[in-house]
Amino acid sequence: MLEVSGIRAGYGSMAVLQGIDMQIAAGEIIALLGSNGVGKTTLNNVISGFIRPTAGTVRFEGEVITGLPPRDIVAMGIAQVPEGRRIFPNLSVRENLRLGAFRRASANVRHNFERMCTIFPRLRERLDQLAGTLSGGEQQMLAIGRGLMSDPKLLILDEPSLGLSPIMVEEMFALITQINADGVAVLLVEQNVMQSLGIARRAYVLEQGRFVMQGDAAGLLADPKLRQAYLGL
Amino acid sequence: MLEVRGLTKSFGGLKAVSDASLDVAEGAIVGLLGPNGAGKTTCFTMIAGFTRADAGSVRFLGQDITGLEPHRICALGMIRTFQIVQPFAGLSVQENIAVGAYLHHHDRRDAMRVARDIGRRLGMGTMLDRPASALTIAGRKRLELARALATGAKLLLLDEVMAGLIPAEVSEIVGIIRQIRDDGHTFLLIEHVMQAVMSLAETAYVLNHGRMIAHGRPRDLVKDQAVIEAYLGHGAAARLQQEAGHA
Repeated sequence: MLEVSGIRAGYGSMAVLQGIDMQIAAGEIIALLGSNGVGKTTLNNVISGFIRPTAGTVRFEGEVITGLPPRDIVAMGIAQVPEGRRIFPNLSVRENLRLGAFRRASANVRHNFERMCTIFPRLRERLDQLAGTLSGGEQQMLAIGRGLMSDPKLLILDEPSLGLSPIMVEEMFALITQINADGVAVLLVEQNVMQSLGIARRAYVLEQGRFVMQGDAAGLLADPKLRQAYLGL
Repeated sequence: MLEVRGLTKSFGGLKAVSDASLDVAEGAIVGLLGPNGAGKTTCFTMIAGFTRADAGSVRFLGQDITGLEPHRICALGMIRTFQIVQPFAGLSVQENIAVGAYLHHHDRRDAMRVARDIGRRLGMGTMLDRPASALTIAGRKRLELARALATGAKLLLLDEVMAGLIPAEVSEIVGIIRQIRDDGHTFLLIEHVMQAVMSLAETAYVLNHGRMIAHGRPRDLVKDQAVIEAYLGHGAAARLQQEAGHA
């Protein structure tokens, strides 16, 4: 479904991604692991069209999407839930959610809205509250809800458990599994290495702009090299 | 060192914090836990003087500081950090740390020297001249801690300094905080990364819907039914109990 080949990208003279190849099949959960600053978010932003790569292509369902603006990529069915929530603080929860369906699935807006309220009962209680007054965890839920409002085929989640309490992290991972069971492929960037590998089918490990490990998630979880580098074990 | 009694705060009709009390002894590392939206950060803002409590009192080093402005509280030796770290992007890492140091070092050279020393102690020696905008999340979190330390504060209120870090980076920060404590500082920390809470905090308070529901040693709290229901969840609690058992 998604095919990334030979992607190089950076900022000015700083090369961040140095030849990335990655495939995501329909219905997969893929974990993207790596320390802070290795280029995970840059890769997400190349796929989403925010950053134009200096080389390489991204194909989605067979079509080259490299160079398309983000709005067209969203319309094709790729939604990103960015790191750091990035909700609109001065709009209400309801307005934030509705904006998620601005480029896609606008016909289903009522149905999806209802679905988000069911998945996130906390948001239902606060629909008319300004999003900026939500707690950190609630803002994270809103950001994910907004992403899902476009009925994406591929959902990119950049650190969705950031700042969430343990019970919410658990719920978040259960939720990702549930979203995936509904047929949405998920690209998951997470600092919760153990839990992400627990729900992912495959994983890629990024270091210095290149993949240094990839494969079956269960196999990576048992890999002593990974355990030492990321878990400090 | 810090005595908080009966803090209460409402926003509109919502009671964010009601009748919350806690104590932090000098040299301690105390955790403040609780679900998202429980009122933890609101407690911090009241303790550090950023918002005025509707009721209750805060005593620091024996002095009633309720209602004092943040910069006065900071000058007395208590400071908080922020969840979303916002360094001065155009300044270098060292200059950012120096912003904190100016509180007690009015000479630029003095402040920069203090900033350099603190930066090095926090393992940022090679990054001092780089623009703060070039830091990763892990670096920015460390900078936030450095800037707070540079004010000379003895009690640091840390708001989720581990969020966004991978486990190996968490271990590093845990080591740094322990070392700073041994150098004579005291910590009250809001933290969801239980790996860090379990290994750092001697005691912790748990806030739920604005009320304190538990207080005790982390290894006992992970067995507390109310804490499990409200905050940890059964899966995380089971893992943490197992880890505590091994420790």
